[in-house]
Amino acid sequence: MQDHDWRKPLGGRRDFIRTSLAVAGGLALPAGLSGRAFAAEQQAIGTYPAGTSGDSVFIGISVPRTGTYALQGEDELKGYQLAVEHINSGHPLIKQISPKTTKGVLGKEVKYGVADSAAKPNDAVQAQQRFITENKAIMITGGTSSAVAVALNKLAQREKVLFVCGISGSNDTTGKDCVRYGVRQNFYGETAANAIGPALLKAYGKNKKAAFMTPDYTYGHTVTKSVNDYLTKNGGWTMVTNQVSPLGAPDYSSYLTNIANSGAEFLINVNWGHDAVLSTQQAKQFGLLPKMKLVIPYQIPFLAREVGPETTAGVFAATDFWWTLEDRYPIAKMFVQEFEKKYGYKPEWGAENAYMEFALWAEAVEHAGTFYPPDVIKSYESPRKLNSMVGEVEWRAADHQLIRPVIIVKGKEPKDMKNKEDYWEVVEVVPGAGLMQKPDAFGCNLGSYT
Amino acid sequence: MISWSNFLSQLFNGLALGALLALISSGLTIIYGTLGVLNLAHGAMFMLGGYAGYVAYQASGSFLVALAAGTVFLLVVGVLMERIVIRHFYARPHEDQLLVTFGIGICLVEIVRLAFGSQSLTVPAPKLLSGITSLGVMFYPTYRLAVVGIVTVALIALFIVLYRTRLGLIVRAGIEDSTMVDSLGINVSRVFMVVFGIGAMAAGFAGIVNAPVVSLTPDVGEAILVQTFVVVVIGGVGSFPGAVLGGLIAGEIVSITSMFNPGYAYVTLFAAMTLVLMVRPRGLLGMRGRE
Repeated sequence: MQDHDWRKPLGGRRDFIRTSLAVAGGLALPAGLSGRAFAAEQQAIGTYPAGTSGDSVFIGISVPRTGTYALQGEDELKGYQLAVEHINSGHPLIKQISPKTTKGVLGKEVKYGVADSAAKPNDAVQAQQRFITENKAIMITGGTSSAVAVALNKLAQREKVLFVCGISGSNDTTGKDCVRYGVRQNFYGETAANAIGPALLKAYGKNKKAAFMTPDYTYGHTVTKSVNDYLTKNGGWTMVTNQVSPLGAPDYSSYLTNIANSGAEFLINVNWGHDAVLSTQQAKQFGLLPKMKLVIPYQIPFLAREVGPETTAGVFAATDFWWTLEDRYPIAKMFVQEFEKKYGYKPEWGAENAYMEFALWAEAVEHAGTFYPPDVIKSYESPRKLNSMVGEVEWRAADHQLIRPVIIVKGKEPKDMKNKEDYWEVVEVVPGAGLMQKPDAFGCNLGSYT
Repeated sequence: MISWSNFLSQLFNGLALGALLALISSGLTIIYGTLGVLNLAHGAMFMLGGYAGYVAYQASGSFLVALAAGTVFLLVVGVLMERIVIRHFYARPHEDQLLVTFGIGICLVEIVRLAFGSQSLTVPAPKLLSGITSLGVMFYPTYRLAVVGIVTVALIALFIVLYRTRLGLIVRAGIEDSTMVDSLGINVSRVFMVVFGIGAMAAGFAGIVNAPVVSLTPDVGEAILVQTFVVVVIGGVGSFPGAVLGGLIAGEIVSITSMFNPGYAYVTLFAAMTLVLMVRPRGLLGMRGRE
């Protein structure tokens, strides 16, 4: 039919019958079926195409603005907001990471809604479900708790809306609980352990006794296991006690008393957010610090500022980003300058992680040339080198984890700080590829595209 | 791992934690016992006390000034809250009281967040009380030892007010039967105002005393509120001695359980509460007939 030249009159009975039958058949087809036949390439899925039909697209952001991770959530939000601003204006910084970006994403302005997750999975899922249903969110993001990240992973896969994971350090996020519709920029707890482990063994030697403080959820348990496994296998360290505490515990005295009586030489604090601040401060009150050496396997934004540099001096930590990396990477320098200009302080890794997530999402969509979710996911999965604030990075297709370096930092003595935000010294930038376990080591099975 | 020294340390720890819980809970229980209002803004009062202390400390540099100023501030906040909002809810159902106090709590927390942000703030312990003291089997933060002393003094003061003064007599009579007290020609309304003020003050005072132990965030009262309710339920709703006993029991349960398995500390606490509710539905020192 498509080949028929409509300018010519229909000739003869046979043509007439054939055309009539075709028209009748077309009318008889159920509307849904014929619609699907026309859009065979990009059928409706999730919020596509409804969420992309206007001149803007919507992102649902859920960060903790209350509770123990509130400070980190606000910082993360600032990173998102700066990225959206840059994407919409086609800022030179975003073009460094997403070269095809002009203004907006595929020419569409990016709008967003913000909800407080309070670091609680239920709150986050409810808020994002609303963004998906009411605002036709084309992408959702959030984290600052791996429990939230894992819950949103599941929501994303069910709703077929891309989840660009916020702060989440658990091995489960892109491991056992990975999904096709989820991607993560910051690294596995296992990767952090493999990066900081050698630094600890080099600095402190073998056969030491360590006490762990672990928040009681997926992030805490997996990071503690990874760090302990590394130190035990490679350095003969012993875990003398593991103090597991609930998220937002109001007091750590009981846990610290156990640690004081454990004979530990090292205090490995896996707690995060305000929990890390409180437990570290109370460890100091109990005289555990500086008697024991403090180790922070997964750095916490603002920790040094909140507990004071005299407490973090000499402490090793693994982190996603520290602002003095601006001396090594021009993109980092641009970001630190832009962020400081807007918000008046040096960005912490939560903000950097947030900015990078959105920039890499813009890149993936521009590379795909469509918002059609399976194509955007395939764009993430197609191998290519990408620019980032910590040098070249690339996505690992098998678990949707970014292969990126881990930054090992060491707390500066107050006297060595060049300015009031110069808390950490970058000891090493460890390339990511060699640190990462096999994609299926934690049982990742991504699931389907549709 | 379970040694005598750890056991003794944890016993003591439980005492320090329990003393603090007792003080906060006593404020909650006095308000409920007298006014019949379950104050869900009590955690926010605790938080507000800490921040008031912080502001006063920043201005004066003195912990004592912070303690005094913060306590008076919370008394005023309590009185204002009672006059402006709470008194209109005495005759209304418990659900309304819960909702309005819950709402006030959220407003206070968010106002503080707006003013101070979410960053942790610290009030240093007085110089004389900072550092660590050896107790033979263990070392303990000097300030925490002092907290036990300060809280004991505060609880004794509350006890004297409640059991040795005319006001206390009226309050206790009000707990038993407020209609009767009213019909005896006593201005119950004014007594209620004072009681609410004292209750808020107790939480605020605890907030300031606790400030050097924790780092202040707007959410500091949230977790405490839950524990405080557990304490009140264990001790007996509306009973002042019950709040003290409940506080000490809760403190010891959390500490002793965490010696064996810290992951179960709060589970055990709630299990204990359930047990008390099953065996003595009015709590350990709760009286029959008391609401």
